Amino acid sequence: MSTPVYAVENLVIDLYTPTVSVRAVDGASFHVSPGETLAIVGESGSGKTVMTLGPLGLMPEGVAVDLRGTARADGRDILTLSPAELSALRGGFFGVIFQDPMSALNPMLKIGPQLARQAQLYAGLSPEAARKEGVSLLARSGIPDPEDRYDRYPHELSGGMLQRAMIALALAARPRVLIADEPTTALDATVQAQILALIRTIQKEDGIAVVLITHDIGAVSVLADRVIVLYAGQIAEEGSAIDVLTAPVHPYTRGLLASVPDFRSESATGTKEIPGIPPNQAQLMPGCRFADRCDRVLPACHSHRPRLQTIATGEVPHRVACPVVIAAEGIATHD
Amino acid sequence: MTDFAIEATGLKVHFKTGAGLVRAVDGVDLSIPKGAFHGIVGESGCGKTTLARAIIGLQSSTEGSVRINGRDRTDWQRADRKGFARAVQFIFQDPLGSMSRRQTVGQTLEEPLLIHGIGTASERKARLAELLDLVALPSTVLDRIPRSLSGGQRQRVSIARALALNPQVLICDEPLSALDVSVRAQIVNLFARLQAQLGLTIVIVAHDLAIVREVCSEVTVMYLGRVAEQGVTKPLFADPAHPYTQALLSAVPSPDPRIEATRPRILLAGDPPSPRNPPPGCRFSTRCPVVEPQCRVTEPQLRAVKHQGQAACHLAAAETHAVI
Repeated sequence: MSTPVYAVENLVIDLYTPTVSVRAVDGASFHVSPGETLAIVGESGSGKTVMTLGPLGLMPEGVAVDLRGTARADGRDILTLSPAELSALRGGFFGVIFQDPMSALNPMLKIGPQLARQAQLYAGLSPEAARKEGVSLLARSGIPDPEDRYDRYPHELSGGMLQRAMIALALAARPRVLIADEPTTALDATVQAQILALIRTIQKEDGIAVVLITHDIGAVSVLADRVIVLYAGQIAEEGSAIDVLTAPVHPYTRGLLASVPDFRSESATGTKEIPGIPPNQAQLMPGCRFADRCDRVLPACHSHRPRLQTIATGEVPHRVACPVVIAAEGIATHD
Repeated sequence: MTDFAIEATGLKVHFKTGAGLVRAVDGVDLSIPKGAFHGIVGESGCGKTTLARAIIGLQSSTEGSVRINGRDRTDWQRADRKGFARAVQFIFQDPLGSMSRRQTVGQTLEEPLLIHGIGTASERKARLAELLDLVALPSTVLDRIPRSLSGGQRQRVSIARALALNPQVLICDEPLSALDVSVRAQIVNLFARLQAQLGLTIVIVAHDLAIVREVCSEVTVMYLGRVAEQGVTKPLFADPAHPYTQALLSAVPSPDPRIEATRPRILLAGDPPSPRNPPPGCRFSTRCPVVEPQCRVTEPQLRAVKHQGQAACHLAAAETHAVI
C-alpha cells in the first residue's frame, strides 16, 4: 500500500462557545492514500466535517477551538504551520468541494476567471495558460459549451452546473487530496448520479486521494474504498467499504444500514429504526456514546469506553469499537 | 366504483414572473382512492410541492378542479372552511417554520382544538395525551418550545398537530428531507403505523425513492409540471415504463457496494429544462436516451402500460415499452 498523503492521528477537538464546551472529535485517527477514496460517515453533529477540515484550519465560526493530536500532509506536520502557510496548503495541496457551491464561488465574479486565478496562484500558470486551463477544467467537469460558460456569472448556472463549476475550482490548483463535504446532498437523484460519476472519473484519471464526508450510504457505496463510521466524535467502526457496508458489526453501523432501504433487494428488511437521538456532546457520559440507543447494551457499556479492536487483518483491517458484539458473536480479534 | 379521497382534473398552476410564465403544474389528472398511501416523486422544479399545495388550496390554481371526498374543494372551503380543515390537513417540510416559536408544544397542539371549540379543558388535556401517545412523544415535551426539540421530535409535533382534529386526508410536503438518516426511518414508520391505525389517506411529496418504495402503496412520478408515470408502487418500481422513471430509479445507488460495482446505470445528460419554456412535444425529449422524431413534436398522453398503471410516453405501449 502506498504512503498516505493525508494522515491524522489521535485527534481531539474541543469547541468552546461562551456557554458550552463540546468535545466534537474524541481521539480519532484516519489516513488516505493517492488513488483511494475514504468515506467518513456520520449524522449531523457527529464531528465528521470538523475532523477532516479542522486540521486544515477550517473551523466553524464564532467558537474557540482546542485541537490536539497530529496531522500530516505528505509527511509534513501541518498543525505547526503559520496561518499563511496553512492557507497556501488549503488552496494547493487540498481541494475542497462543499455542499453549497455558492459558499465556494464568488457571486460577483465570472466563473472562468475564478478558476484561472486559482490555476495561476497555485499551479503557477501564465495568464494565457490559466485561461486555457480554466476552459479545459470546465470541460473536464462535464460543463457543456465551456467557452461560453467561462464568461458566465454563478447565478446564470443551474444547481448541477454550479456543483460542477465548484469541482472545477477545487481541481484548478491540481490538488493531491480532494475533500468532498456532502457533495451531493442538495442535488436531485439524476444529477447526484452524474456528480458521483464525475468524481470517480477524475480520481481514476488523476490518481488523487478523495475524502468523502457524507451521511448518504448510497454515495459511499458508489465511491468509497474504505469507510469510517463516526458516532458522536468517536470512530465506531472502520474497514473496507465491502466489509463495513455488507458485514457491519457495530450496533450503530448495523442500525444505520438497516434504516436505509434498498429497493433492488427483495430480501431487504425495510426501514428499521434506531430509537432515540444522538447524545448532546456538551454533557457526555463516560463509556460508549451509543449506549443509550443501543439494543445490545450491557451495564459495563455505560462506564467503559470501548476501544477499536481489529477483527480482520489484511490490506484494510476491519476494526470495531464494541466488545459486546465481538464477545457475544465469538468474533476473533487480532490485537 | 372506487371511492376517491382526492380527484384532480386538468390541474394547472402558472406563475407570472418578470422573466415569463412559469408552468409549475401544467395539466395534472390525479385520482387517489380513500385509504391509499400515495407518493409524489420527481426532481426539484417538477412541480410536486406546488401540486400538493394546489390540492389543498394553499396555492390557487390557474385551471382545473380538485374534489376531496367527492366535494368540490373550492365550494367546500367557501361554504365550510372549518369543516374542510377538520377533514384535510397539511404537514410542512420545515416543522420549525410552521410552528410559533413562542408557543409551547402544549399550546401548539391545543390551538386547533380551541379554534374548533372541541371539548372541555379536561377533555382537551386528555386529547393532548392521546396525540402524544400516537406520535410516541413523552408528556414532558408539552412545556417545551419547538426550538428546544430535536428535528425528529419537531416533526412528530407537527404530525400530532395535524392529527388533532381527526382528519381523513393528510398531505405532507417533504416531511423527511430535513431529518437525519436514523431519525428518518422513525418518522417513516410512524406514518405507516398511523395510516394503518387511523385509516388515513396520506399523500406524501418526497424525493427519496427508496423510502417511497418502502411505504407508499401507489406513486406518481412528475416531470416538468406533468405526470410522467403513475401506478402501484411495487410493480411500477420493478418494471418502470417511462424512460424518465427508469433513469430516476437507476440514479439511486444501492447501499451494497457489490451490487453498485456491477449494476448497469443510466446516466442522464444535463439538468431538467426550465418550467419557463418546456420543450415542445414530450417534456423529457431533451434528455431522453431513446427519443424518436415524433417525441419532439407531439406531447404524449397518459396511457395504460404493463404494470397496470399509466405512463406518458409514445414508446411505452401496454405490450412493449421503451427499455433503456
